Amino acid sequence: MRLTTSGISNGRFNRPIVGRISREPLPLDSRRDVVFLGDTSALAPESLLGYRALISSTGRYSGESPGISAVNHEHLLTGDIVALDPSGFVRTLYRPASDHNIVFATGRCNSNCLMCSQPPKDVDDTDAMVSRNLELIRLIDNPPKRLVITGGEPTLLGERLFTIIEALRDKFPTTYVHMLSNGRTFAWPSYTAKLAALRHPDFMLGIPVYSDDPVIHDYVVQAKGAFDQTVLGIQQLARFGLRVEIRVVLHAVTIPRLAYLAEYIYRNLTFAEHVALMGLENIGYAPRNMKSLWIDPADYQSELEDAVEILSSRGMNVSIYNHQLCVLRRSLWKFSRKSISDWKNIYLKACDACQEKDRCGGFFQWADKLHSAQIRPLVRQALS
Amino acid sequence: MARSFYPAEAYRDSDPRYQLLPFRFLRLDDKQEVLVNEVGEFVVGPIGTARTLITKTLTSGSDLYSTFKARQFLTDGSSSQLIDLLATKYRTKHSFIDGFTKLHIFVVTLRCDHSCQYCQVSRQTADKSAFDMNPATAAKAVDLMMESPAKEITLELQGGEPLLAFDVIRLVVGLAEAKAKALKKDLRIVVTTNLANVTNDILLYLKEHHIRVSTSLDGPAAIHNANRPRPENNSYELTTENIAKARRILGNDQVAALMTTTHVSLEHVEDIIDEYVRQEFHSIFLRPISPYGFAVRTKRKTGYEIDAFLKFYKTGLAHILNLNRQGYDLAEVYAKILLTKILTPYGTGYVDLQSPAGAGINVLVYNYDGDVYATDEARMLAEMGDFTFRLGNVHRNSRKDLFTSDEFLNLAATACNQSLTACSDCAFQAFCGSDPVYNHSTQHDMFGHRPSSDFCKRNMEVIKHLFQLITSGDKEVMRIFLAWIQNVGLADINKMAPSCV
Repeated sequence: MRLTTSGISNGRFNRPIVGRISREPLPLDSRRDVVFLGDTSALAPESLLGYRALISSTGRYSGESPGISAVNHEHLLTGDIVALDPSGFVRTLYRPASDHNIVFATGRCNSNCLMCSQPPKDVDDTDAMVSRNLELIRLIDNPPKRLVITGGEPTLLGERLFTIIEALRDKFPTTYVHMLSNGRTFAWPSYTAKLAALRHPDFMLGIPVYSDDPVIHDYVVQAKGAFDQTVLGIQQLARFGLRVEIRVVLHAVTIPRLAYLAEYIYRNLTFAEHVALMGLENIGYAPRNMKSLWIDPADYQSELEDAVEILSSRGMNVSIYNHQLCVLRRSLWKFSRKSISDWKNIYLKACDACQEKDRCGGFFQWADKLHSAQIRPLVRQALS
Repeated sequence: MARSFYPAEAYRDSDPRYQLLPFRFLRLDDKQEVLVNEVGEFVVGPIGTARTLITKTLTSGSDLYSTFKARQFLTDGSSSQLIDLLATKYRTKHSFIDGFTKLHIFVVTLRCDHSCQYCQVSRQTADKSAFDMNPATAAKAVDLMMESPAKEITLELQGGEPLLAFDVIRLVVGLAEAKAKALKKDLRIVVTTNLANVTNDILLYLKEHHIRVSTSLDGPAAIHNANRPRPENNSYELTTENIAKARRILGNDQVAALMTTTHVSLEHVEDIIDEYVRQEFHSIFLRPISPYGFAVRTKRKTGYEIDAFLKFYKTGLAHILNLNRQGYDLAEVYAKILLTKILTPYGTGYVDLQSPAGAGINVLVYNYDGDVYATDEARMLAEMGDFTFRLGNVHRNSRKDLFTSDEFLNLAATACNQSLTACSDCAFQAFCGSDPVYNHSTQHDMFGHRPSSDFCKRNMEVIKHLFQLITSGDKEVMRIFLAWIQNVGLADINKMAPSCV
């Protein structure tokens, strides 16, 4: 599924525009927040007045209003919220029908993980992103079931992050907000206290811990001292009553001490509401570091089972993400979740014949290039 | 603008030296030793592991090095900020001290209809006035109990046989409930009774006031009746009948039983356990006899050497594990207490195995005559003329008096195993406790002498035994233990953990 497209700008705007798509012409008084997508050449110029921007579905639009002639627009639906860049780039920010919408806080990050799926950008986009996200929240009509705040590292927005969370809390108090963060900033109690003081009614942080050994964790995130900050940060979050999920990406660097990490999480981060053990995504930095990262998931099933045993038998809530059932040991199936966002979820050719496909989470779309050698169709077993 | 990546070595401290954090160690058998840190986290390794760690010859980057570092046995330059974390874990382990005294035992009467060999204190008499708690004493004792800063108060009604003084129970419960409500405290009440005199009316009263029942069941009829004589020799029949009756009215989970091991019990641990299964109990506490009260006087008749008890205990534990494997959930309470300390970040509320000792700090006993003791055992000593641990009297003393009395201060000075000879460097310190009352009673010295202490020997042996089971690699045993700790059944753990169903 596409979330981006590119066209040619008519040069009538020099700052990004956020608006809600409509494929239907609207009355003049309802056009203010709307990006009209349609055959601009077929409509009289006055019919194009008052829209925030226009995307021409046919020829080039060269009128007065900010406009883009999009090459590819089939994925854009009425109600989608998009950002139009003066360069002609159109990014979908929000799809009302999906439960996988994100608030992208910033592209910056203070870590540089070996397998980052969203490599950080060393430009200061923070002001622009804060205004884009506040506008996005303003434009969402119906309360989403859930939203994920991600990046980059959202806390690099500093206190401006709180403005975004406040806006979500005030407009959509029933929306569950999950924020992905490396947790390092929360080692500062005053910052954590301020987040807690927002009293968002349904908020949880997802924070990665990659090893019980600080050297290995710091190596994975490519930042010296990160382990200490993250663990102290998680402790601070708990101290202030904030809910935390621990995320572990499984690869050749994290697998050898996975069971020890499970023990560590139980002993030190017992309060974590959820532990997600996640398969590696072959995107972003990962392909570049694949030599150090790759291990066939079929080859780490016993380490994975040990870790799940340690956590789950002690009452901790564990899930396995991004693993296919044909690779996963049968005893672990019940921990497997269909976790891959709809827009990047695929199945391979081998999956066509699989009788467990409906229960299986499938692959990230970029797994077609690299996946376990054990992928095969399964025959459904009758329950004994 | 691509960023560069650095190898793992770039994140390792260039200085290979490390510092030790507090820990203790002990040889488990001729192959293995165990190292335990200040908060009960442990590493089991081959003999020589501690030496390698202490002589600082561990190789930075080795698996063992990482494990010791992660479990906070050592610290080095690549992670030095986490002492706070150790402090947090220390607080969590010792959170049983929060709120101070939580368990308050009321001896509502000394009278009893049984004449048990091992009983510490009871009297067989019809004279109510001499051995029942009077209303003025009850009122003062409730006031003192509720002065405890604890938010959660447990009131244990005990005797003698407390149901013989049901009027006192009603009075104490009424006063305690009113006061708890006024002070917004949570009140839990339990009555320790042999159930021989229980009636439907009494049970309905217990139900109305959410009072749980703790009774005594020493095993099958032959053992139970031998240990717990009544004139009619029918204690077993009465007890089991009334357990059933109590369960019908109160619910199964509201009725618990305790057993005491006498020399009669020693050869019959499996029969005793099977009796608990027959009575559909899901926990059993394999308890040695306490060296107090009449038990000391009758030692020749009831007592035994600690080695005999340990054999009894280990045989029993093996039988209990087998029952669990076969599908009957049965927890051994002492193992459960120790395993909670060993396998979880938490401590337990069990007052007889804590440091600081539970005495006074986590438990107070209000005798029928208003005297206040640090533990139930302290009261039993007093019945034999030894008032070392009488902290005061509800009529004459305030809470402040009790806790500034010489008796309490002497106790407090010996309450921490961290500062007792031989305990101070014992690997099991974090799992064990201090029991000055026991030391005083058996060794005439509150500090005690560990090499000749049965308390020490029992705990050392039981904890070692549990370590052997934990490290045996038997996954099912581990799941059984984890079920006990979490108060669930093995089937529940199997549902929670990896399995194909």
